[in-house]
Amino acid sequence: MANRKSRITRRRFIGATAAASVAFGVPTLLRAQAKPIKVGLVHPITGFLAYSGGQSRMGAMLAIDEINAAGGIKSMGGAKLEALLGDNQAKPEVGVSVVEQMQEAGVSAYIGCFSSAVALPATQAAAKYNTPFVIDVGASDNIVNRGLKNVFRLKPGFNACVDDAILGLGEINKAAGNPAKSAVLVHEESEFGTGTAKLLAGKLPSIGVEVKEVMKHANPTRDFANLALRIRGLKPDLLIMSNYQNEYVLLARTLHQQKVDLVGMFSVLGGGFNYKFVQELPDVAQHMIDTNHWFDPTNPKAQAKKKQVEAKGSLFTFEVYLSYNAVKFLAEGFERAGSADKDKVNAALAASSWSDHFMPYGPTKMVNGQNTGGKASIQQASKSDINVIWPTKFASAKPVFPKPKFS
Amino acid sequence: MDATILGAAVINGLLLGGSYALVAVGLTLIYGVLHIINFAHGSMLMLAMYGAFFLLTKAKIDPYAAIPLMVVAMFAAGYVLYRGLIGRFSHGKDENILLITLGLSIVLENVALFFFTGDSQTITVSYSDRMVALGPALVPLPKLVSFVASLVLCAVLAWFIARTDTGRAIRAVAKERHGARLVGIDVEKIFAVSYGIGIACLGAAACLLIPSFYVSPSVGHLFVIVAFTIVVLGGMGSFVGALVGALIIGLTESLSGLFLGEALGQIGISLIFILILLFRPTGLFGGAR
Repeated sequence: MANRKSRITRRRFIGATAAASVAFGVPTLLRAQAKPIKVGLVHPITGFLAYSGGQSRMGAMLAIDEINAAGGIKSMGGAKLEALLGDNQAKPEVGVSVVEQMQEAGVSAYIGCFSSAVALPATQAAAKYNTPFVIDVGASDNIVNRGLKNVFRLKPGFNACVDDAILGLGEINKAAGNPAKSAVLVHEESEFGTGTAKLLAGKLPSIGVEVKEVMKHANPTRDFANLALRIRGLKPDLLIMSNYQNEYVLLARTLHQQKVDLVGMFSVLGGGFNYKFVQELPDVAQHMIDTNHWFDPTNPKAQAKKKQVEAKGSLFTFEVYLSYNAVKFLAEGFERAGSADKDKVNAALAASSWSDHFMPYGPTKMVNGQNTGGKASIQQASKSDINVIWPTKFASAKPVFPKPKFS
Repeated sequence: MDATILGAAVINGLLLGGSYALVAVGLTLIYGVLHIINFAHGSMLMLAMYGAFFLLTKAKIDPYAAIPLMVVAMFAAGYVLYRGLIGRFSHGKDENILLITLGLSIVLENVALFFFTGDSQTITVSYSDRMVALGPALVPLPKLVSFVASLVLCAVLAWFIARTDTGRAIRAVAKERHGARLVGIDVEKIFAVSYGIGIACLGAAACLLIPSFYVSPSVGHLFVIVAFTIVVLGGMGSFVGALVGALIIGLTESLSGLFLGEALGQIGISLIFILILLFRPTGLFGGAR
């Protein structure tokens, strides 16, 4: 038998409940606060893409906190955004199950997924419920090419990035007096590297650059000494790489050690081109050029966010600002829709002309879910920083092209 | 094919083999004495590499200066791990040891993922980019150092096993564990010591690899699969075999990469492996069991 003193009697229970409802219930009624809007964040928090997933989540949370602090979605009575945190583990099947779980929890929109492999089935799963899905990172053009009315991507896709890379490289080369006439392409063996190299090889002749050889390497590769020897033997003006972080850094390091002279080292969506690379290997990173998603360095909002992130000891990587802007884009859609009704939000996002971002983009213009106002930019590393060098309108430095010789 | 490129590829291959040997000698010792594949070898290498990484970044201890420290620390880790976990829960069954080391590797990797994230880290030391002209090849100094050090390490280990009492006990246990027990050798202790020495080799390997490589929670896989191949190729438990096997594998990888392209370079390794198993199943230096 329970101790008499500690037993909760029916009378005490009713009394306590009444008191609690007075204490907590009444103020809620008085405030008549709007129902929060649940936004599902579907990122890889564990698994081999954990770092990128964590960065994406940080960017999204920055935007959510900022929107809530500024009074939430005003057209919905100041409704706050509530993040539902998911971990897709970089596995397609897990991504789908996270989407389903969030659906049960009453999600109004999704943000995700970092990898295209997860985004493809996850957006499909969300399409069953017509729930808006904003892609923050995910390069494959198939994500938006399947006619799903609930999927939106703010950043340019894979093909558009290659087109921008060719256009920019052509302009940079021309401005320098066409020092680059030939190139060797080095790419990793999967869809990303092979696809990029194929597109590049087809388009480089159009800007007067002859492709001397296309070299494929395995993932992972432990040693690039021989590849460096072959590149030296071929004497190309440009080396164009498309590979993931570890191989990108290892290859760059080997070419630097072997003192292979090139007019320029160039990449499209270069896996290892980031602030960390510049911090860890400044001598290797210096003068390397990459085409990628980048913030507009001339925009004060971007600089303020960069400071805010760096003050926390984190790096302002592309995942952070792409996810941040994806949430802001979504919130503006809620604002115009004036409700969390899925059809209304999808229609609002499809008709978006949002321009309050800090990317080097024009106003948003969605065509079949892809923002055609988006643009990749070209960056070059110095010993201590990364600067935008193309498009000239957003540039924070002039290109160092051709790069200085070793001897 | 240009003779200069070929010559440089041969030198690169030998140096690459040198760095594989470091990982393989520890594995061959454990394999030779305990007769099991240590599945945790890759994750222990990863831990050692993080150790060397943090010693440099947090305590400013140069990776080469950290070798004695890491060797002692990894020996202790290996010894304690065997005494406290592997030996205790294996109940004398080899397949249990296999499962325990496999489980251990999964746990270690995920713990590393949790604490260090999936991001790979690189270090720069003053000699990272220093090059040495070696015939037709320009060789990074850290690779040359790791090559020479692995030769020295193999020689020291071979001397230790051949000349010291502990070494003799290890050989006795490797050959005939029941007989060894009968003549008064503490077999369990020798198992733990052998496991400790095998893991200690990784401490040295990590310090020698980190100046020219990166570290991430999955870095162990890169070396350990090759190390398994080397151990079987050279002959189980043979140090000379591990060294020669490593050089052969390094050369094969380098030359097949040169002739077949980097994406197909790994085929050469598997081909050599199959040929050895067909024509000399005990490995190059392995005696019949």
